[in-house]
Amino acid sequence: MLLEVKNLRVQFDTLMGLSSPVDGISFSLEKGETLGIVGESGCGKSMSASAILRLVPPPGRIVDGEVLLDGTDLLKASAANMRQVRGHYMSMVLQDPVASLNPVFPIGNQVAEAVTVSQRLRRRSLKEKVIELLQRVRIPSAENRIYEYPHQMSGGMRQRVAGAISFASNDLKVLIADEPTTALDVTVQAQYLDLLKELQADVGFGLIFISHDIGAVAELCDKVSVMYAGKIVETGPTRTIINHPRHPYTKALLDCLPRLNEVKRLEPIGGEPPNPFAFPPGCRFAPRCPRATELCHTQYPDFVQIDENHDAACWYANES
Amino acid sequence: MAEIAAPRGADWVEPPAGSPAVPSRRWWLRRPPIIPTLPMIMIGIIFFAAIFASVIAPFSPTKNHLFDSFTAPWGWEGGSSTYILGTDFLGRDIFSRIIHGARISLTIAGLVILIGASVGTLVGIVAGYFGGLLDSILMRIADLVLGIPLILVAIVLVTVTGASVGNIIFIVSAFVWPRYARIIRSETLSLREQDFVMLARVAGISSRRIMLRHILPNVVSTLIVLCTLQVGQVVLLESALSFLGVGIPPPKPSWGIMVADGRTNLTSGWWISLTPGLAIVVLVVSFNLVGDWLRDRLDPRLQRY
Ligand SMILES: Nc1ncnc2c1ncn2[C@@H]1O[C@H](COP(=O)(O)OP(=O)(O)OP(=O)(O)O)[C@@H](O)[C@H]1O
Ligand SMILES: [Mg+2]
Repeated sequence: MLLEVKNLRVQFDTLMGLSSPVDGISFSLEKGETLGIVGESGCGKSMSASAILRLVPPPGRIVDGEVLLDGTDLLKASAANMRQVRGHYMSMVLQDPVASLNPVFPIGNQVAEAVTVSQRLRRRSLKEKVIELLQRVRIPSAENRIYEYPHQMSGGMRQRVAGAISFASNDLKVLIADEPTTALDVTVQAQYLDLLKELQADVGFGLIFISHDIGAVAELCDKVSVMYAGKIVETGPTRTIINHPRHPYTKALLDCLPRLNEVKRLEPIGGEPPNPFAFPPGCRFAPRCPRATELCHTQYPDFVQIDENHDAACWYANES
Repeated sequence: MAEIAAPRGADWVEPPAGSPAVPSRRWWLRRPPIIPTLPMIMIGIIFFAAIFASVIAPFSPTKNHLFDSFTAPWGWEGGSSTYILGTDFLGRDIFSRIIHGARISLTIAGLVILIGASVGTLVGIVAGYFGGLLDSILMRIADLVLGIPLILVAIVLVTVTGASVGNIIFIVSAFVWPRYARIIRSETLSLREQDFVMLARVAGISSRRIMLRHILPNVVSTLIVLCTLQVGQVVLLESALSFLGVGIPPPKPSWGIMVADGRTNLTSGWWISLTPGLAIVVLVVSFNLVGDWLRDRLDPRLQRY
């Protein structure tokens, strides 16, 4: 197993009280595999990604769990070792490409800086490496663009440069892509997804793909975890999740999506996600769930195994 | 902006007014603003005078010409071309004193700002970037220093150690750094949340390097503006201390002391205070104008291509 996350929990101790935007999530990832994480805005997807890299912003803290990379618990590693892990083995593509480059440096410098974390190179070969990386993320005439500043580039180009920074290491094992395409237009999105696939085929890293876009997830991911209010509520192979969802939240989420070959009314999910400072005691989806019972409101359901790789945290997962 | 179709047959159409292709005729609206030539020349002259003070000045700045005291500037009633800017109550040549005073005032202002800005920036970035307890401690210290009455500390210190240029630089720097620390800290707080800092951390870059290479360059423009504004403040602070007898030991001329010297003779010899006062104003205004221009120049988003 390449990456194993076990019962990871992030806690914020604020003036408003305690909140756990990530509340005991577990999943695993094989080499070359792609895991999709989907869920509504605010359910804790980005926070989970930060937690895996141990970059939770203060006052947040990781209070529980294990993050095993090749069997080593990263939560026990020293800060310096963790920095090496980030520079060499694990990386992330951030949600907002426009802001993820430093406005005062030419982009070449920024990519070079990331390269030097994992590789000792002389000046000339460093420049070559930077150009090679930029070409790899499909930046046209990269040799000239290394001197450009971020504001001189389009959003799509900046996203690619940010990507080049994230892929700078030669021995990348895990890449987290946090909604890498939400800020881009549809054609650029498709190109970017192709690029991700190609890179993954080349390098063979495990990919965690966070997205709202079920279409993109269906295209890219081997398996999917559905997140709701800081918990994973359903995990399974992509096909199964899309065609035979068992958790009512997954169903509701899929019902919000237009499908090409079907004419039907789109159903928005009624109600709002729960306040992270006061999660309901039972199933967190119960207040919005059409078929919630007394049991759902009082006790949190454990995972029910439906198939070999398919689990859903619902009291009635086996009934439909 | 809607495209205006060229009339049939016309092979050349004047671009519509306000089209970005034509540089604005209102030059004061162009970016970056024109180079502040006059302020730069003024600063140049003051620096030149400070460096070559002993060559340029016609008299020694401390030499008394008691028979010629209270001579008005050249061109005024009672003035003479020997003393272009007149003399003070001891008959010292004001022109020579201003030139030598530039040296002392600029040296002090420069060193104080160098020390104050370095310490303040270091403290501000470290406090803002790491946050938490370290931030609280450092900012409490800064508040404490700002709360201490500078004059009182200066008097105590000078009584113990004696007045000297070194002392005044130390005291004023100690008083100046918290302002830098506070402003740089608040800049850092917002920079720290930026995605490019997150991306740098994701790429495994060390905190020290992030502070040095990602935060610092982004606060430089603020720093420059702050420094230029501080030139005036420091010159005034130094003069206040000198006036109280805990600054530059007399008879050395600093611009502050000269203004203070003339204070008691404002009616009989207005020029004694006015000329060094004007020198301070010119220096401060010039630095502010150059600072504004530099700030725009240093911002890559405002550059022309
Ligand atoms: N500084 C903070 N203090 C308290 N709670 C916070 C803080 N920062 C984030 N959170 C909580 O973390 C939760 C999860 O945020 P996160 O950014 O992970 O959502 P997301 O699933 O990535 O959403 P999106 O799809 O919009 O990116 C939010 O609901 C928010 O309440
Ligand atoms: Mg997010």
